[in-house]
Amino acid sequence: MSIIDDENVRIPIGPQHPALKEPTSFSVALRGEKIESIQVKIGYNHRGIEKGCEQRTYIQDMYLLERICGICSHAHSTCFIQAVEEIAGLVVPRRALYIRTLVGELERIHSHLLWLGVAGHEVGFDTLLMYTWRDREIVMDLLAELTGNRVNYGINTIGGVRRDITTDQSQRILKAVDVLEEQTKYYIQVAFEETTLIQRLSGVGTLSRDDAMRLGAVGPTARASGINFDVRKDDPYAAYGELDFKAVSDDHNDIYGRTIVRLGELMETYSIIRQVLKNLPDGPIAVRAPRRIPAGEAVSRYEAPRGEDLHYVKSNGTENPERVKVRAPTLANTQAISKMLEDRYLADLPIVVAAIDPCFSCTDRAAEIINLDSGKNNIMNWDQLRTYSIDWYKNRGIAFK
Amino acid sequence: MIEALFAILIFPGFVFLSAISMFAEYFDRKLYARLQNRVGPPWYQPLADFIKLLAKHEVVPEEADKNMFKMAPIFALAATVTAFLYIPLWRTNALYFFQGDLVVILYLLTLPTMTFFLGGWYSRSIYATIGAIRSITQLFAYEIPLLLAILAPALLANTWSLSGIVAYYNQHPYYWLINSIAFFVSIIALMGKLERVPFDSPEAETEIVAGSFTEYSGRFLAYFRMAIDCEVVVGASLIAAIFMPFGFNTLPFIAFIIYLLKIFFIISLLALFRTVFARLRIDQMIIFCWRWVAPVAFAQILINLILKGTVLH
Repeated sequence: MSIIDDENVRIPIGPQHPALKEPTSFSVALRGEKIESIQVKIGYNHRGIEKGCEQRTYIQDMYLLERICGICSHAHSTCFIQAVEEIAGLVVPRRALYIRTLVGELERIHSHLLWLGVAGHEVGFDTLLMYTWRDREIVMDLLAELTGNRVNYGINTIGGVRRDITTDQSQRILKAVDVLEEQTKYYIQVAFEETTLIQRLSGVGTLSRDDAMRLGAVGPTARASGINFDVRKDDPYAAYGELDFKAVSDDHNDIYGRTIVRLGELMETYSIIRQVLKNLPDGPIAVRAPRRIPAGEAVSRYEAPRGEDLHYVKSNGTENPERVKVRAPTLANTQAISKMLEDRYLADLPIVVAAIDPCFSCTDRAAEIINLDSGKNNIMNWDQLRTYSIDWYKNRGIAFK
Repeated sequence: MIEALFAILIFPGFVFLSAISMFAEYFDRKLYARLQNRVGPPWYQPLADFIKLLAKHEVVPEEADKNMFKMAPIFALAATVTAFLYIPLWRTNALYFFQGDLVVILYLLTLPTMTFFLGGWYSRSIYATIGAIRSITQLFAYEIPLLLAILAPALLANTWSLSGIVAYYNQHPYYWLINSIAFFVSIIALMGKLERVPFDSPEAETEIVAGSFTEYSGRFLAYFRMAIDCEVVVGASLIAAIFMPFGFNTLPFIAFIIYLLKIFFIISLLALFRTVFARLRIDQMIIFCWRWVAPVAFAQILINLILKGTVLH
């Protein structure tokens, strides 16, 4: 690909670029500082997780799926086991549901604070990054204390949770939540008052309500465009049906709106955590789950910090699932990026991409293989691949029986 | 002869400037870190960075114009160091001065930006090219307000020599307070010149990697960074000389301390602005400079002309 075609300068953002924390590629055609067109290409980080799930038992799959994302790991593992529990017909104890909710909300705090910092960094406001990531440590420490890990908590198990929570711990959580609430109020003040920040966020990355609907945006991206949809509210799972909270939405339609939505969600989250700890029911934390899950299929939805996460599980009566399908929220939001960047400046690209809170590694389930010489799409099925690998080793003197 | 060489190369010339600019970088980074609730680097970090870069293998892109690519950092450094010789530091007279040296200083301080442009343009990398164009676009936004801001005090002093300006304000104490507006204009222009937040879009990391410096490595990057460090001190000294012309009539040692306090005050202002602002887009930066900063600088000139014609007649 030549760098200059006709009058446009084509600049590659990614797969390796300081603005991107994960490999993905944006090919941007520029006229001066203005973006003429943009091509988004994902598929640099295909890890074959869905295939891997079919070769592992359900409990192993839970740990594998937890590793889809380093930030919303609890979202993926909960979403998966909800589907499995539905097929197996398990009734999860209420205490377990409350603990799942608690960890999920703590995870939301850490994800949203992380996002705020990244957004600050993308517009060159590193001070915000340093402050939010400092405060994020508070919630990371809480998660480590509750579950044993800072990320990939491993607190879920099929039929409940693995660790109980003590009164001592809930006291500490309440104290930490008070501190975080104070800090969040300060960030809300910064977001409303800091002129350069408002200039960089306001009116940038506009996505109208209709476009958000049409392109299937989810989570804070959709809610900032006036679509008041939140799985926690509209299709309650875990303990959300018993809790009192509201889905935060906004009609700014731009990145400023997305910031307000996320900050508002943080405030709601603090209230949810307080309610969970106040109403925490007594009882067991898990029921015994069978190793073999009866044949059936289920779809499960979960409101991850980035939006609606969707898992489909099909079982065939053995220890391993027959098919697992994951739709991470970023995939739904990626479609909107080119729309948001229409007629914008190059300088807006990093923050527009960051504003959907992308997690490209979570999203990558597709790999496109193109032979650059012939332009052909060479795809092998499993048997061809196996034969190919055996031949490859045979040619090098390693024989397979 | 030997005395002149000593003055140019060692004190208060090149070696002194290098040392103080290294310390200024440390001071800036440490203050920035402390304001962001971080620990920050140890005092020898800028020197360690410089030595490390000198020892590194340098890569010159195949497509780059080799000579321009290699010469740009050296020109940047030479221009900055030369400008330093014409600025009065802790005496009312600079090392060298003549009628009209103010224009020469401003010209010499424009050269580093030109070398950023040339170095970026000739390295032929797409990120460097965009960074180079942004550098030169930004130059048009801040250079005029800077010139206007420095013109105002010169009008009042009725001289085109920087040493003359300092001598005038030294004779008329507290007149420098009149130029307070121009002081802030020149601080803003200096932020633009040094390509610092909020005006760092020419080297915006998240968009164009490192702008003009994307392809630079090793020795050449070290010289560029040193030139920028020196530019901070030279720019601060220029503003200190024009807008804070006091404290010259004491013992040389005390005057020297006062000079250091002045430039570190300006550097801490720069660090503070770096902490509290987000990066502006290049179009926002230009609109800001032309719509607000330049008219304000004109207002200062108007005030000075009126005062000169009436009260200070």
